Amino acid sequence: MRLRETDYGTPFVNADESSSAVKVSIDGHQVSVNPGTSIMRAATMAGVPIPKLCATDSIEAFGSCRICLVEVEGRNGLVASCTEPVQEGMEVSTQTPQLEKIRRGVMELYISDHPLDCLTCSANGDCELQDMAGAVGLREVRYAEGDNHLQMPVDSSNPYFAFDPSKCIVCSRCVRACDEVQGTFALTIDGRGFESKVATSTDNFMDSECVSCGACVQACPTATLMEKNVIEHGVPDRTVLTTCAYCGVGCSFKAELKGDQVVRMVPYKDGMANHGASCVKGRFAWGYAKHPDRITEPMIRDSIHDPWQVVDWDTAIQTAADRFKAIQKKYGRLAIGGITSSRTTIEDVYAVQKMVRTAFRNNNVDTCARVCHSPTGYGLKKTFGTSAGTQNFDSVEHADVIVVVGANPTEGHPVFASRLKQRVRQGAKLIVLDPRQIDLVRSPHVEAAFHLPLLPGTNVPVMNALAHVVASEGLVDEDFVRSRCDTDAYQEWFDFIKQEENSPEHVAEIAGVSADDIRGAARLYAKARNSAIYYGLGVTEHSQGSTMVMAMANLAMATGNIGRPGVGLSPLRGQNNVQGAVDAGSFPHELPGYRQITDSETRSLFESAWNIDIDPEPGLRIPNMFDEACAGNFKGMFIQGEDFMQSDPNTKHVEEAFSSMECVVIQDLFLTETAKMAHVFLPGTSFLEKDGTFVNAERRINRVRPVAKAATGLQEWEAVQRLANAMGYPMDFKSSSDIMDELARLTPLFAGVSFEHLDNVNSVQWPCNDDAPLGTPVMHMETFAHGKGMFVTTEYEPTKERTNRRFPLLLTTGRRLAQYNVGTQTRRTENNIWLTEDELEIHPADAEVRGIRDGDWLSIASRMGEITLHAKVTERVSPGVVYTTFHHPTTGTNIITTDLSDWATNCPEYKVTAVEVRPANHRSKWSEQFAERESRQQDLLPTGG
Amino acid sequence: MKARLSDDSCARALGSAQIAAELIARNIEVELVGSLGMHWAEPLLQLEEDDSVFSFGNVTASAVGRLVESVEPNDDPSSSPHFLQPIETQPFLAGQQRLVFDNAGVQHPLTLPVPTQLERILESDPTEIIDAIQTSGLRGRGGAGFPAHIKWRTVAETESDQKYIVCNADEGDSGTFSDRMIMEADPFKLIEGMVAAGYATEATSGIIYLRSEYPVALEYLNKAIELAYENNILGKNLLNSNFSFDLEVFVGAGAYICGEETSLLESLEGKRGQIRFKPPLPAIEGLFGKPTLVHNVITLASVPGIFDIGPAEYGSLGVGASTGTMPFQISGNVKQGGLIEIPFGATVRSLIEDYGQGTFSGRPFRTVQIGGPLGAYLSERELDTPLTYEAMAEIGAGIGHGGLVVFDDTVDLREQAEYAFLFCEIESCGKCTPCRIGSVRGKETMRRFVDGPDIRAVQLVEDLCDVMEQASLCQMGGMTPIPVRSAMQRFPEDFSRIRR
Repeated sequence: MRLRETDYGTPFVNADESSSAVKVSIDGHQVSVNPGTSIMRAATMAGVPIPKLCATDSIEAFGSCRICLVEVEGRNGLVASCTEPVQEGMEVSTQTPQLEKIRRGVMELYISDHPLDCLTCSANGDCELQDMAGAVGLREVRYAEGDNHLQMPVDSSNPYFAFDPSKCIVCSRCVRACDEVQGTFALTIDGRGFESKVATSTDNFMDSECVSCGACVQACPTATLMEKNVIEHGVPDRTVLTTCAYCGVGCSFKAELKGDQVVRMVPYKDGMANHGASCVKGRFAWGYAKHPDRITEPMIRDSIHDPWQVVDWDTAIQTAADRFKAIQKKYGRLAIGGITSSRTTIEDVYAVQKMVRTAFRNNNVDTCARVCHSPTGYGLKKTFGTSAGTQNFDSVEHADVIVVVGANPTEGHPVFASRLKQRVRQGAKLIVLDPRQIDLVRSPHVEAAFHLPLLPGTNVPVMNALAHVVASEGLVDEDFVRSRCDTDAYQEWFDFIKQEENSPEHVAEIAGVSADDIRGAARLYAKARNSAIYYGLGVTEHSQGSTMVMAMANLAMATGNIGRPGVGLSPLRGQNNVQGAVDAGSFPHELPGYRQITDSETRSLFESAWNIDIDPEPGLRIPNMFDEACAGNFKGMFIQGEDFMQSDPNTKHVEEAFSSMECVVIQDLFLTETAKMAHVFLPGTSFLEKDGTFVNAERRINRVRPVAKAATGLQEWEAVQRLANAMGYPMDFKSSSDIMDELARLTPLFAGVSFEHLDNVNSVQWPCNDDAPLGTPVMHMETFAHGKGMFVTTEYEPTKERTNRRFPLLLTTGRRLAQYNVGTQTRRTENNIWLTEDELEIHPADAEVRGIRDGDWLSIASRMGEITLHAKVTERVSPGVVYTTFHHPTTGTNIITTDLSDWATNCPEYKVTAVEVRPANHRSKWSEQFAERESRQQDLLPTGG
Repeated sequence: MKARLSDDSCARALGSAQIAAELIARNIEVELVGSLGMHWAEPLLQLEEDDSVFSFGNVTASAVGRLVESVEPNDDPSSSPHFLQPIETQPFLAGQQRLVFDNAGVQHPLTLPVPTQLERILESDPTEIIDAIQTSGLRGRGGAGFPAHIKWRTVAETESDQKYIVCNADEGDSGTFSDRMIMEADPFKLIEGMVAAGYATEATSGIIYLRSEYPVALEYLNKAIELAYENNILGKNLLNSNFSFDLEVFVGAGAYICGEETSLLESLEGKRGQIRFKPPLPAIEGLFGKPTLVHNVITLASVPGIFDIGPAEYGSLGVGASTGTMPFQISGNVKQGGLIEIPFGATVRSLIEDYGQGTFSGRPFRTVQIGGPLGAYLSERELDTPLTYEAMAEIGAGIGHGGLVVFDDTVDLREQAEYAFLFCEIESCGKCTPCRIGSVRGKETMRRFVDGPDIRAVQLVEDLCDVMEQASLCQMGGMTPIPVRSAMQRFPEDFSRIRR
């Protein structure tokens, strides 16, 4: 892997089908390129790089530096190679005495306003200005000392990078990267002429609209915008290509190192999911891997009230195995289970589910997808035949109408949000269904054509109403339905959806959305050439989550928006490997590749491979495990990287369940809330140490390569394998690639996947097999995975969680940009400065009647419990709706969420809780208990741990 | 008694409002008109008594009483120091051939045009209109002198759901005022030209980008547009044709660089006034990415005149490829500054000596800068060069927007060369390096000559001029070397003189 990738100067230009390639000659080298390609790019392809400063291939040409001038045969004057498209037969000279002189003259001007401190500069050796000064042969600056910018002060306000305007060459690459790559428009050039300078709307980066995605730092050709890590440690000297371990976008990154020390993470230009873009988390928030809180040695204890005892791996594994075996002996085979993580690799997950099905001899395996996208799996399997999104991320570039439902991509999936916004800026129309006025509704150069601020819990009627408009106004794509879908099921659905109860006018009142807007949005969606739906947990985390997924699938099928680029139904998955975890067989009823455990043929395939009989009965789901634990029947749990105590609803119930268990084994990086309830702690590896694969939201299998040695000495799967062995099942994987090979052998969706293949082709989207060796970007192109698309009637059944006089407001929850999920990682980085605590968003009208002012302490009480938070009075939420996050354990957001869940998959209804909010003058009782437990458990850790 | 009084910015600045008040106080009917272009005589007042018209120049409010008395039967107006030769025989106007400024100063600026000509245009085939423009040989009057018909045809032939006619009224060159004058004296001339251009290119929306320093022009343009809508010269199905055309004025924010067409388009789009690279050409991807015909005010205002006298006739005026008339503007150290519309081909000398009557100071002439702040300084022996694009190019100069600024022998060309860089520094948009940094370094290097000859500095300026000329993104930086080089080459003594 090269440290510096080839920079072609200007972006790749897609070939127009109608026109053929253009042949040009660059210094006599013939090269053939797509029409519209710049001379600069063509020259780089021909192996004749042209000096440049303001051009870089992640952003459009700008033509400002004037270093890249060339001569074109038959043309008067010099031509800027970045802005000039090639023409057939063009003869270009990139190096002549005149060009040499002019380039040197331009460079002389640059250097006349640039500090001459190369040797002590943080970009020394990694500076394009330095390189170009060398390339053009500048030997002298003849201008006398004059006006300059050398005394401008450094802005160090951002925790991750510094802005030193004295080194700025005003190439605008940062400004353009912020506009074009990120779409935040936080930067500009202030002033004119010689006074031009890069500026934010405020005094510094930290106080500005900047979201710290790092695009500007990446684009800067000098040390003007520089990672503080590089300033501190120096320029990295080698790089390892790997995958980010935060959200489900799955960005490819180059981990740039000095020795074994990661200096910076740089988004990889050829990363198929991110194409060189990044967000503040992936780009900068990886320091937790070396945080002092991290635990790297195994520990055991008899009870959760005992101090932890550091032991060696063998002792820890043996202790866990002995206790599990004892439990099974005493309470039965089904009294233990295992939880896979959506944060670890497929290989780690595969090992856990295999351990449960073999060493534990039951199917009590589940995963945190249970609490996020299990309705996606269910709903899409029922309708389309596959439990996954239909598109790749690139598909959005072909969408003319984009519908975002119950997702807040700019905060939850920022890199995808940037691409979505790019497409909207190109002219695609946007429809947002969300109770809150999320950024996408209106932000610089992006405005939703329709925002339907529906009340939490009314997804299904609104989606039905959209479909009602399609059905009743003759907007159904009859050809598609006839040829691609099951007609009986369609007819049944059609009769249902046309009923008056599904009309916008009827639904308007229930959902608090205008009927005209519903009609307008439906027409816009149905009439566009390509309409795509992107959705998040605002869809799934409801008592009718699965119904809603199917309602969206119905709409997409009815309008023919399935089976090509630009359309489809795409879940924005929350975690790096949540798709992979489910693919690899984490659910109690499914073997890897979504095959029913009850199916004897599938079972026998695995039985012969694993050389053991598999229990034909599906195992327990997570909530069932907790219920059984409370009932005294479930006593032992192996948990790989999941923090139920913070992330699962109704925390009191979860705590009671853990308290009833006799052996809880946890594999994690930190002493999480759940680890505080554990008896055996097996230290995990961070993503920088892992060797394996993650599957992102677009079914893309990305390699995760070890950047550093495992701090614990063992990968997660190795610890799992040892535990399986200690329990009596011989598991013998030699490497993580071995595990992938077994998965591929036994699973048709993965048949063509191996580490070697991935190393060769970058990444693939499953299904990957002999028919599709490079994977499947868009699914259901010709037929649906199970033949015909199945419409399902989606009757609205309101959630039991209702507002009343005691609990008049609806609480819904979500994520914020700087923090991630339960915050285990991000809270241990500088990201914490952006959100030091969770806060409650409340509409000014609701605040006023309660005497609440911005920043007040509030008590938030539901039927389940009470927590305290500070108030954030904002019109982002509609009247009647309040919103918070669950990034900080002290908040205890899930103390107040209910135990209601999706009827089909038990996915909890996090998004709807009836609450009352009052000014408070003290912390909630729970908060005090939490603080007490926290300090007690910290005391139980070994000193220095 | 009736009075006719100039009401352009120049006259207003010299107190025409007070003069009007004095006249009105004497119950004299006052007709306001644009300027005739005799700026040396502003405020210009014509008094009509018993069918005789008497003209007075440099009128002051306090002189009004006496002038009114002087035109009464038994007095002698010619005895007044303000007395001017009658307009009909005024030598400053006599030699001019006014096609653009034919109505300027002779009628109220808001006098509606006779609709027949525009009606005729709207009855022709759009391609015929473009052919006529080609026949006329009309070239862009803003400075570049690019053949207008090529732009028109490109816009006409580019398919689009929306096209624009953008009038560049950001007249920023020092010593130029013809755009302002026509907008203040006869705004309908411009409106008619824009409608014709719109019809020929199938553009339905016109925008006049007006510099903020022209409040009087804004006043007249807005009133004229309102009248035009009322009289169906603008709007839907104008003059009962199938063609619709809307027009509005957009006021700039005071940046010289927005007179460059791509910066102007950026500014119109609400963005920072910064140069766009070409291609794409504005005629193909202009305002909001749509085909846009961008022309200077005089170019568009020349169109009615072309159809008035016929394109062939228009093409026969001037010399060679410099056809038609050009409103030259002479100012600076000159006795009779003003606007002179004549066919291309007169010599520089005739403008300075015949129309301008030599320097204002009476001291010997030293140089004239032609074509604005980025134009060349000419020496005395170049004054017989004819004012055509070709002849001027031969001596390394240009006509630009037609402004001539005259200097007497007290001028220091080193200062002027430094000023050229300073102007570039102040007005540079800052996008490209040669202009952004080069202007500052040029200005600084020019100061090295204050103490006398500096061989190394000469080479440095020479190299810098090469870089700015060949590498700048637009003509702002690209033409700054013209005044610098012309000053250094033609007046080397000013760069080797020891001043301290």
